[in-house]
Amino acid sequence: MTLEVAISHRIGAFRLEAEFRVAGGVTALFGHSGAGKSTVVNAISGLLRPDSGRIVAGGEVLYDAAKGIDVPPHRRRVGYVFQDARLFPHMTVARNLSYGAWFGRSRGAGRDRDLIVDLLGIGPLLQRQPRTLSGGEKSRVALARAILAGPRLLLMDEPLAALDAARKAEILPYLERLRDDLHLPIIYVSHSVAEVTRLATSIVLLDGGRVVASGPAEAILADPAIAPTFGQREIGTILPATVAAQEEDGLTRLATPGGPVWVPGVPDRPGAAVRLRIMAQDVMIAQTRPEGISALNVLAAEVSDIRLGDGPGALVQLNVGGSPILSRITRRSAVALGLAPGKQVHAVLKAVSVARDSVGHSVPVEGPQGGKGTNTPGFPP
Amino acid sequence: MVDWLTADEWRAVALSLRVSLWAAVVGLPFGIFVAYALARWSFRGKALLNGIVHLPLILPPVVTGYLLLLTLGRTAPVGRFLDDWFGLVFAFRWTGAALAAGIMAFPLMVRAIRLAIEAVDPGLEDAARTLGAPGPVVFLTVTLPLILPGIVAGAILAFAKAMGEFGATITFVSNIPGQTQTIPSAIYSFLQVPGGDASALRLVAVSVTIAMAALLASEWLSKRIARRIGRA
Repeated sequence: MTLEVAISHRIGAFRLEAEFRVAGGVTALFGHSGAGKSTVVNAISGLLRPDSGRIVAGGEVLYDAAKGIDVPPHRRRVGYVFQDARLFPHMTVARNLSYGAWFGRSRGAGRDRDLIVDLLGIGPLLQRQPRTLSGGEKSRVALARAILAGPRLLLMDEPLAALDAARKAEILPYLERLRDDLHLPIIYVSHSVAEVTRLATSIVLLDGGRVVASGPAEAILADPAIAPTFGQREIGTILPATVAAQEEDGLTRLATPGGPVWVPGVPDRPGAAVRLRIMAQDVMIAQTRPEGISALNVLAAEVSDIRLGDGPGALVQLNVGGSPILSRITRRSAVALGLAPGKQVHAVLKAVSVARDSVGHSVPVEGPQGGKGTNTPGFPP
Repeated sequence: MVDWLTADEWRAVALSLRVSLWAAVVGLPFGIFVAYALARWSFRGKALLNGIVHLPLILPPVVTGYLLLLTLGRTAPVGRFLDDWFGLVFAFRWTGAALAAGIMAFPLMVRAIRLAIEAVDPGLEDAARTLGAPGPVVFLTVTLPLILPGIVAGAILAFAKAMGEFGATITFVSNIPGQTQTIPSAIYSFLQVPGGDASALRLVAVSVTIAMAALLASEWLSKRIARRIGRA
């Protein structure tokens, strides 16, 4: 399914001019507060009518100002998970879930009810009233309710923003499972780089009502010209990897485009795809392959781009076996090492964190650290 | 029937109950519609509609009654039209008393329901729409259940107001025992004749009892509904 959005809308002094096109996967609509993210998703859902433009989902025109087409929200089949859950307070969880499924019953919505209930772990909540649920439980129920209405596209407007860190950590694995198991295209509004890096397959970057960049998540996150908009401390890239082997000392060997990377026990079978999140500040650059250091993960790399910041810092884009990663070093080091595009160097990864990727079947392995969660902490230097 | 009330007094009580019940029940759908329009829609003439709805609250009741007589009286054009085409006669009938009471009670009913509608998060209605519910279904399955306490409160308030209506009723439909003589008109009449004090007092007692019962019923119902819809 592809979604094409080209809309303009004016609210007071704010002017939104958004144009982008996404196909499947999780598309993060990223931007700071007031960038126009919510306006875009409201327009896609039909809750807001843009001044002009066109919205097409899966070949069906949902909105076309020029042709006077405006499909009402209840016929768009666009699911919407709101930040504040919006469960119906006068219905039990079970009836909340049935609500959307009932309207979509003719096209088989609600058929996978047991599966979804299981996937989101809300079985024990079905007879409860929404007001007795915790924030995290409400989010999961809202998610299940939206999915059970049988949408062709799911919008999520900062579904985790109202939750504390512990609740976020509780929900994120469920979102990853949804992405990997349901093949439902998702537009995910967020201003959290960590969430975006963990979930997004592509990114649309909004700033001041305009799309400033869009494309595959790996490329956008690793573009030294764009990365600083995510915030200096949040700059990080995604490196795709597959589980190669579980080794005897509890480490898992991962195969990446740039060579092997070892991390503490990832509980997935060999062959499973994972995504490595590598923060720019955790990548050191060495001219020669360093000897006698504790860091295990050293990848051969080629400098592909350098961007000097306003301050004493510099962002270096390194090509490791065809995949870009970023390193944040000082300007002084960049000069001292004589870094320039084309130069062969070594990237020393001080820390790597692992998130599960688009292969569905995660099975804990037997081993010293088997059965841990899918998100392992950063690897110590 | 009940020997502590005379036949005339009893007729006034029964008529008052009938008039007030009709005023509240028939007014309810209109009240809900107008309250919803005022709470949720923006349209030209909204301020005017709001003004007209509230007019009976501000105008002297006699004026409202007289205006009704001017429009719906036997010889007035609208009154004659309704009589000719629908056989509906309001002037000097109990139906007229119900209409007058309903109109006088309408603003109170609308206010109570409008407050309840404004307390419902429109986000819930939006959520229902994105789940596939067309507008009228959203109203019936989400908005209506959530505003039920407000509707009950509005209806009972309207009922109580109708029970006490006097000025507009007596102007529009006069004070005919058994036809249009409600409790207030009856009390008024009894006070005009020597020795009527006892009758008037008995009706006052009945009035107080009914008003109190209505208030208690309203409290109890609202609490019960609030619990059921998960608001308590």
